[in-house]
Amino acid sequence: MTTSALPLDSRAVERHRRIVRQRLTVAVLALLVCLLFVLTLVLGQSFTPPADVVRVLLGETVEGASFLVGTLRLPRAALLLLAGLSFGLGGVVFQIMLRNPLASPDIIGITSGAGAAAVFAIVVLSLSGPAVSIVAVVAGLAVALLVYGLAVRNGAAGTRLILVGIGVSAMLHSVTAYVLSSAPAWNLQEALRWLTGSVNGAQLSDAPPLLLAVIVFGGLLLGQRRELDALRLGEDTAAALGVRLARTRIIVIVAAVGMIAIATAATGPIAFISFLSGTIAARVIGSGGSLLIPSALIGAVLTLAGDYTGQFLLPSRYPVGVVTGALGAPYLLYLIVRINRIGRSL
Amino acid sequence: MTGQDAPFPRGATGFGNGKTLRGLCLVGLLLALVVLVALSVTVGTRDVAWVDIVAAASGGTETIGQAAVAVRIPRTALAVLAGGALAMAGGLMQGVTRNPLADPGILGVNAGASLAVVTAVAWFDISSAGAYLWSALFGAAFATVFVYRIGSLGAGGATPLKLTLSGAATSIACASLVIAVVLPRNDIAGGIQSWQIGGVAGATFDRIVPVLPFLLAGFAVGLACARKLNSLALGDDLAAGLGENVAMARFLASLGGVLLCGATTALCGPIGFVGLVVPHLCRLLVGVDYRWLLPLSSLAGACLLLASDVLGRVVARPGEIEVSIITALIGAPFFIWIVRRQRVREL
Amino acid sequence: MTTAQSGSGLSVGQLSAGYDKAEILHSLDLEVPPGKITVIVGANASGKSTLLRTMSRLLTPSQGHVLLDGRSIHQAPTRELARRLGLLPQSPIAPEGILVDDLVRRGRHPHRSLFARWSRKDEEAVTHALAATRVTDLAERAVDELSGGQRQRVWIAMALAQQTDILLLDEPTTFLDINHQVEILDLLVDLNRLRGTTVVMVLHDLNLGARYADYLVALADGHVHLAGTPEQVLTEQTVAAVFGLRSRILTDPTSGRPMMLPMGRHRMLDAPGLEQENQP
Repeated sequence: MTTSALPLDSRAVERHRRIVRQRLTVAVLALLVCLLFVLTLVLGQSFTPPADVVRVLLGETVEGASFLVGTLRLPRAALLLLAGLSFGLGGVVFQIMLRNPLASPDIIGITSGAGAAAVFAIVVLSLSGPAVSIVAVVAGLAVALLVYGLAVRNGAAGTRLILVGIGVSAMLHSVTAYVLSSAPAWNLQEALRWLTGSVNGAQLSDAPPLLLAVIVFGGLLLGQRRELDALRLGEDTAAALGVRLARTRIIVIVAAVGMIAIATAATGPIAFISFLSGTIAARVIGSGGSLLIPSALIGAVLTLAGDYTGQFLLPSRYPVGVVTGALGAPYLLYLIVRINRIGRSL
Repeated sequence: MTGQDAPFPRGATGFGNGKTLRGLCLVGLLLALVVLVALSVTVGTRDVAWVDIVAAASGGTETIGQAAVAVRIPRTALAVLAGGALAMAGGLMQGVTRNPLADPGILGVNAGASLAVVTAVAWFDISSAGAYLWSALFGAAFATVFVYRIGSLGAGGATPLKLTLSGAATSIACASLVIAVVLPRNDIAGGIQSWQIGGVAGATFDRIVPVLPFLLAGFAVGLACARKLNSLALGDDLAAGLGENVAMARFLASLGGVLLCGATTALCGPIGFVGLVVPHLCRLLVGVDYRWLLPLSSLAGACLLLASDVLGRVVARPGEIEVSIITALIGAPFFIWIVRRQRVREL
Repeated sequence: MTTAQSGSGLSVGQLSAGYDKAEILHSLDLEVPPGKITVIVGANASGKSTLLRTMSRLLTPSQGHVLLDGRSIHQAPTRELARRLGLLPQSPIAPEGILVDDLVRRGRHPHRSLFARWSRKDEEAVTHALAATRVTDLAERAVDELSGGQRQRVWIAMALAQQTDILLLDEPTTFLDINHQVEILDLLVDLNRLRGTTVVMVLHDLNLGARYADYLVALADGHVHLAGTPEQVLTEQTVAAVFGLRSRILTDPTSGRPMMLPMGRHRMLDAPGLEQENQP
């Protein structure tokens, strides 16, 4: 076989085209997020002129709009945005590290663990605020450690991890249901928040800790972008390429779990966001592109759109978790079918 | 030493003669069952005296103690039936799918049955026991077929991982749909709680009796499948080579599983992990001969569920913990233990 | 043994390693000749893969050391080591849909720091790697659409883009058709000749190993049974000791290297002491 005469330029041109396309996709996603955010603020049960919205955001008191936008819509939108980013980013790094889209934190029990701990903290320990978040983070990390520790044998996790995660998730779900059912006042809305995720009754004061988590943990994860790219080639190859496996794993797991747990403490475990964002990002971004930011943005799109749909576009009002759960499960099944057909992974 | 026991040698533990061990297990389980039944009737959120038990057993309900016992008797009966049914269903499913992780809860069969019942209640306003039953059976059948179809697509057929994932996804899907169906209906929302968490509380013979024929049919079909499952365990190709009608065997075993699961879920709501834990433990003791495994699993399942129920009543006095929570807390670690034991290749 | 290339001295001393407390390698010593092609052969479970994995730092030894230019590789900084030692593992994983170009680019990982932009050097390394493995015209294709031989060449290209002195390969030819096996082995000889890359690979096939090796290492039961030139190592005694098999060693007329012919119980023409098949 002769060496092809394809010049250096042609390959670089192709790659440039790919990169531009990927950047464009990210820009479109960011735009979509902004649009949905604005939509949530502007159009609900009633329409609030954008000018008024801006004035409220700037701190003015506007007749009729301040309460609607400032107290009702803004906290919802803010929490949805931040939680969506958290679940999207935290989720995809798990799927990358474990090289399987089904190894998403909401399937392998981490989200359930954080949720169960949060419920326990609120109902049994009567905690609130940052204390709940801390409990959730600790529990999330404990579950991650437990699942990983139980699944590792001879250094290989993989399949076993997913199965162990499913088992742990089932157990935690039972615990959550039990704690909720034994709570003094069994409130369906509250229960739904902790079983599938909801932003009903959101307050703006819930947002800052989440914002901080997104910035700090998100930054850490983005810093590991190259290592994660290398990990997609398998741990052996990644190690051979100079990735410090242990260090990378710890940073990624702690940061991802931290993000997810704090988001869960704020909104409950919004069903399937982590799983969906990563898989959709993988299909939308072509070869060679980083999945981290696209996945975060898609997470935000899903939460914002899901909540809006649940509130205004369906015959009855549903919290965001029910909408994403009902949509996510069929997609999960479709993905399983597709993976089975071609036998590949993320 | 093998002789009559071939080709099913003694259990994995390597205990002496297989037949002796099986006999011992049978006797042991029967004894355990009797003890547990006695416990179940006497123990609970309120202690009762022997006098009351005897009186209640013959129908008297004068004192509170007797009334308590009168409530516990059907509850005990239900626990025995449900435990036996779920354990056998689990054994049947493990046999059909050749999957050590099969269990009606994990494979989404319970969730499917729950969804069907909830939907029927919400949309078709059913209320009779018969209607509940048929909805549950329909849901269980649908879920079984669905999960199996999806899990067996692609390379390798229905591997444990794929089936478990399909089951988990289906369970989550059904749970989400249950919420979606229930949420707008405040009138039934309270009752739905019982469909999220399965249990044997509130059992009465009025409710149990109509379902009994289906349970018995399920047991009968299951036991009749035992030999077929032994053949299936060798793989479809070998089983066919031995003259077994593979499709028919699968169908019958699944039918038995669906009848048992559906009927149980109609009565109790979703109770998971019994079908996983019990056949596994029994397999360790008595080997892989389904002619022994299925009946022994039923007995052991009844014991397990009774024990869980008693535990739930004792541990959380004056309240009680529903049976499905206890089985989940016991079963999930067990599930994980099984996953760890298996070689990766088998998964 | 020459010390030709500076900085290519990989040596193993008193190495014991294994998994889960099962020791597979027992106090193994090996000097890898720099600038040559070394082939490791042995029966299953003789420790071939374990040795390679320990040499590439995927496994930590329980005893002994692996030295690169006198420094233990298990203490060297990971990145720096990745610039000296390249690895092609047994079943490499390619993300779905990844293009050849993108995969080979990953090989530059050890040379790029967090904020470094894609440099001229990086581009040249990738171009040369694609050219050396003759996959330049496949650059825009998806890796999972390629044939087995093409895919292995792409993985070798990625390892080449790392620009290491030493290349370790764990059974690079298993699962490939014979034409692709020869294709890969010829490519490795090219690399060795043109760039002086030290190649260490585990091979399943004794004869291919003997043909392509400059230095042949036969492992048995976790230690080196014999190491040297193929003529020295591939003898009837070695085959018997390592595989428990009777054999005849001839000189391969096409390559001039030793060739092993297995001798079983049947289909033997003149095997003294063995029963003949009943003549019809």
